[in-house]
Amino acid sequence: MEKLTIGGTDFASRLFVGTGKFSSNAVMAEAVAASGSELVTVALKRLDAENSAEDDMLRHVLRPGVRLLPNTSGARDAREAVLAAQLAREAFETDFIKLEIHPDPKYLLPDPVETLKATGELAKLGFIVMPYIQADPVLCKRLEEAGTAAVMPLGAPIGTNKGIVVRDLLEIIIEESRVPVVVDAGLGAPSHAALAMEMGADAVLVNTAIAVAGDPAAMARAFAKAVEAGREAYEAGLGGISRVAAASSPLTSFLND
Amino acid sequence: MFSDELLKYDWDEVTARIASKTEADARRALRKPHCDWDDFLALVSPAAAPLLEEMAALSRHYTRERFGKTVSMYIPMYITNSCTNSCVYCGFNRHNKFDRVVLTPDQIRGECEAIKELGPFENLLLVTGENPRVAGVEYLEEALRVCRPYFANLTIEVMPLKAEEYGRLTRSGLNGVVCFQETYHRERYKTYHPAGMKSNFEWRVNGFDRMGQAGVHKIGMGVLIGLEDWRTDAAMMALHLRYLRKRYWRTRYSVNFPRMRPAAGGFQPNVVMSDRELAQLTFAFRIFDHDVDLSFSTRERPDFRDNILTLGATSLSAGSKTDPGGYRTYPRSLEQFAVSDERTPAEVAAAVRARGYEAVWKDWDKVFD
Repeated sequence: MEKLTIGGTDFASRLFVGTGKFSSNAVMAEAVAASGSELVTVALKRLDAENSAEDDMLRHVLRPGVRLLPNTSGARDAREAVLAAQLAREAFETDFIKLEIHPDPKYLLPDPVETLKATGELAKLGFIVMPYIQADPVLCKRLEEAGTAAVMPLGAPIGTNKGIVVRDLLEIIIEESRVPVVVDAGLGAPSHAALAMEMGADAVLVNTAIAVAGDPAAMARAFAKAVEAGREAYEAGLGGISRVAAASSPLTSFLND
Repeated sequence: MFSDELLKYDWDEVTARIASKTEADARRALRKPHCDWDDFLALVSPAAAPLLEEMAALSRHYTRERFGKTVSMYIPMYITNSCTNSCVYCGFNRHNKFDRVVLTPDQIRGECEAIKELGPFENLLLVTGENPRVAGVEYLEEALRVCRPYFANLTIEVMPLKAEEYGRLTRSGLNGVVCFQETYHRERYKTYHPAGMKSNFEWRVNGFDRMGQAGVHKIGMGVLIGLEDWRTDAAMMALHLRYLRKRYWRTRYSVNFPRMRPAAGGFQPNVVMSDRELAQLTFAFRIFDHDVDLSFSTRERPDFRDNILTLGATSLSAGSKTDPGGYRTYPRSLEQFAVSDERTPAEVAAAVRARGYEAVWKDWDKVFD
């Protein structure tokens, strides 16, 4: 498999995982380890930024080869997100930031206007910005111009486990993007992750489907295999499906030579 | 800039890669919802020739999906044949002895009126030779100002300009810029364009980045078929198109692949492209890029144009004169190239209708300028 580079850092694994919703930090740590993920997102709001060395969740996440991706979950606008990102950089010594701005507490849908604004500000401050967004191809181009390091469009509303419900839009984003595309949110089964990778996504981020599985560590392993299989299939070149029926009368009979 | 990107691609390697493609590679490309550049190589390869019928069907499918059953009509207006270049294949070559013409604003106005009598054209392509001293940015700006009241959409095909000059003209009512790279073969380019501003390959090939940076609404690209291996040139143009789309994503694009026609000066094409090959190239571009405008000028014969308009073409010129002042001022001066489709605009429009398509004359409005 080709390696993935985001913000100058190489990743061998194309599965990124989240750390919320687990029954315990011990279960979470086991699942993260089983996933083989090298980029793990943690909500700043869940951590004790002032005493990061003593934080139980953080102690469970951090291990060699794993990079922390703090996220701004809880921020309702660009101002709050930028403050949260600065706090996270200071506490955890990383320029990586997963930008999440969802003023709507019910569906946690990202605010495109505030996200674009915050991405521009954070990129200027030297952050490696990875914004969580709707599968909106135009927004992706605007974020590129604002200096984003990657885009993280949702496959389905967060936590729904519905898979890729915005396939056509994700295909456009993947085709047009100049930065890595990480499908984030909605992936409920390893087959969903495999599909995203077969479509040419650069990586996926999975949280709920692993956290609420009967055996989170086993599910994390299953996702890792699916991501790898999907990427391999993409790189191998899929056969595709027939797109048009043959015309009943020849279309090219007018050509003489 | 694209010249840096192009350095990553060796001409001979790309040519060999196209030659190595198999029918199975082309078949795979036809089954993908979005083709990458490697798929394009398969689609223009000789191995794809047996799949021409399938390619036609898919090309027609995508064209109808995006453009419906319509074809956009435009007409060129040559306003000067004064040129400091010595392109070996072009009638405007500075070594060709004939009286050079630079139309005055009044003469341009007369040409506008003559065109409006030919048909309800709203898309005008203003064409010049390349001589900035007598037809520079000020002259173009004045020409645009004269033409503006007559036409909704103004495109220029002139020498490559600076980004700020494109920006300035865009503010004067310019909608689109057409510029043909002619060939992407960096070394051979110099032998076809030995002198004048056009001999600078980098300045020309990076002109498209400058157009994009200036926010030009529509960029027209082109390779001249008859210079180098057309498959490799088309592949480089496809690469360039995708490069531009990803960067200047607010801009619309058109591609052209005119086959070289006999012209004064006696240069004969190095390669001759058959109708089947031209059709294959057209379908390959449509399958590669569903949205790109594929334009066919009056260089092509009527029967070819009438057929291709239902299979992938999206704009046609009609009634074209390729000499400055040809519509009214100087009815018989020297042409840049000979046209093959001499039908009137009304006849072309009738042929379009006979195929069940609508000839669209106006699809832009000044309010968006």
